[in-house]
Amino acid sequence: MDGLPSFILDNPNFWLVTAGTVLLSISSALVGTFTFLKKKSLIGDAVAHSVLPGICLAFIISGNKDPLWIIMGAFISGWISILSIDFITNNSRIKEDTAIGLVLSVFFGFGIMLFVAIQHSGNPNQSGLNNFLFGNAASLIGKDLITFSALSLLLVFIVFIFYKEFKLMTFDRQYARTIGLPLKLMEFILSTLTVLAIVAGIQAIGVVLMAAMLITPAAAAKFWTDRLFYMLILAALFASLSSFAGAVISFMAPAMPTGPWIVVVISLIAMLSFFIAPGKGIINKWWRKRQNQLKILEENILKTFYLLGESGAEAQNGRSIEDLNKRRPWKKAVLMKGLSRLKNQGFLVFRNGHWYLTKIGLSKGQRVVRLHRLWELYLTEYLKIAPDHVHEDAETIEHVITPELEKSIMNKLGFPELDPHQSKIPYTN
Amino acid sequence: MDSFWIIATASLVALSCSFLGVWLILRKMAMLGDAISHAVLPGIVIAFLIYGSRDNSVMLLGAGVIGVFTTFLIEFFHKKAKLQSDASIGVTFTWLFALGVILVSALAGQVDLDQECVLYGEIAYVPLESVYTFLGYDIGPHTFWLMVIVLLINVLVIGIFYKEFYLTTFDTEYAFAIGMSSWVWHYVLMSLVSFTTVASFESVGAILVVAFIVAPAASAYLISRQLKQMLLLAALFGLSASVLGYYLAYWIDGSIAGAISSVLGIQFIVVFIIHLIVRKSNVKHSIYTEKELLRQKAN
Repeated sequence: MDGLPSFILDNPNFWLVTAGTVLLSISSALVGTFTFLKKKSLIGDAVAHSVLPGICLAFIISGNKDPLWIIMGAFISGWISILSIDFITNNSRIKEDTAIGLVLSVFFGFGIMLFVAIQHSGNPNQSGLNNFLFGNAASLIGKDLITFSALSLLLVFIVFIFYKEFKLMTFDRQYARTIGLPLKLMEFILSTLTVLAIVAGIQAIGVVLMAAMLITPAAAAKFWTDRLFYMLILAALFASLSSFAGAVISFMAPAMPTGPWIVVVISLIAMLSFFIAPGKGIINKWWRKRQNQLKILEENILKTFYLLGESGAEAQNGRSIEDLNKRRPWKKAVLMKGLSRLKNQGFLVFRNGHWYLTKIGLSKGQRVVRLHRLWELYLTEYLKIAPDHVHEDAETIEHVITPELEKSIMNKLGFPELDPHQSKIPYTN
Repeated sequence: MDSFWIIATASLVALSCSFLGVWLILRKMAMLGDAISHAVLPGIVIAFLIYGSRDNSVMLLGAGVIGVFTTFLIEFFHKKAKLQSDASIGVTFTWLFALGVILVSALAGQVDLDQECVLYGEIAYVPLESVYTFLGYDIGPHTFWLMVIVLLINVLVIGIFYKEFYLTTFDTEYAFAIGMSSWVWHYVLMSLVSFTTVASFESVGAILVVAFIVAPAASAYLISRQLKQMLLLAALFGLSASVLGYYLAYWIDGSIAGAISSVLGIQFIVVFIIHLIVRKSNVKHSIYTEKELLRQKAN
């Protein structure tokens, strides 16, 4: 807080505006989490653009920017857009994405036509109407602040009340239907909440980018948790952070529209989550995949050493790169990398231009071959798969089987001597 | 003469967009078009900043690259981060668009753009632009010629590679079997959408270009049985809306691009109602014939 210039902190409106903006972004994040989980994010985008004609018509009818009129107009045209999308997709072969694009752009175009007409009309009240396009958090004062905050509080409250029902409806429709949950009604309520959440944000964030406040916090939160409750908390937290930043910027640079700033901040949080989140993040996934590939490469190399030794008499002879490649082709760089890794781990040694298995290398190579052959036998014995169809599968599973599973397969098959191709299954003594 | 240049420019935008829209909605990619049209904004602002004048359109087309980049990014989040596709689209384009709007307001003094222009363009100013002359004759404003070139490129690419687009849209497996890469044609289409969006941006704005892309194609889709018919109808819808929209805007003194979008919406409503009536009578007809058949059988 100390980093903020004092003229902002001294401004009595600052904390009020910030509280209002944070509150409405929380309400849209909570509702947005459910629309996200129901894969309806883009409908939110359509509704956000579609409230514009309602706002303009409300202004034309009432002649001023009274928030109650604006909210009512926006709410009605937002709802009409949802109904239109449903009606078009249910009554023609037009797909949902086309219907969304159509409703979004036509409603918005109609709104823009009215908007420009209002600008040209010379009505003195129209100044500030353009705040509804890109948002202006600092303008959220007085009656506007009270109205939009009350609406947001109501939304948070409703989500809280229907938490269990929404959860059921989102994750287990069948069960929800079985226990007699009125699904149609619940969906109606959720759609209404979606429209209201968008309406709540029009003044601080603006209609053009409001959709992002529904989608992005939920998308970011999803990367950190699998639990709905934590996802809601995280989405609300991310949204609060970004709207706080937006409110600060709105006070520091009053000419700047607030919506884009809030959206850029929340998007940065989301992008960061996509990359660095543990478990689901791109970097973590990439790392695990790479580790797995290396493990498979190493095991395949050791297996090849073992197989080469098995066919000849001298299991412990040194092998050259050519020997290995003759048995199993690798790219040179990949093979060298695998060999040097194995050497560092003590599975191989390098002497006079040849590679030798160490004792632990031998037993590890032997284990991979054993797993491969056991699995082939298991498939032919228990699943009655033809012996010439089992190799590919064994090639994959040999890297996955745990020691416990290995033991139970051996017991089940009774420590067999030969695999389906009459090769000897090697055991440790 | 002013209205002529405005209507002519709008018609060219409408033609380019409706041709592309037909492919987009058949490939179920309408929202990708929406995403691209938003996401090119930062590219446009940067191009304006670098090249200054808006007459340097060839350079401006460089901004279209960001549209193709957007489709890459959406794919990337969807495939690599396993983000569901609707959210992947939603997150990506809102972020880029927000960045573009910030650039527009931060560079307000240095770039000849404003927030309103971003939303709905300035087609009304087309006649005020620098005018090209040829052999001493006045042959029209800059944006008009830009859109002529864009339309030519679209028609040429779609015309020459019609078969490729057709197969990769309707029969991906066959296209794959005869060695066509649907991936390549996907990106060719996305590039066309990006460049068309960037070029149309000054006339109709970043968002309303979506109406020009989706609406004529959607109306045409309802009543056509063949692709060529659909392309033709979409073009007709786009053209007529440009003319009617101009006069509507003139009449209520509103935004021209907004009015054209509204007319496109009205066209769709009319076509949709006709479609509903026809479908209903078809259903009645088939029930009637079924009853008739049963009666005949009974006799």
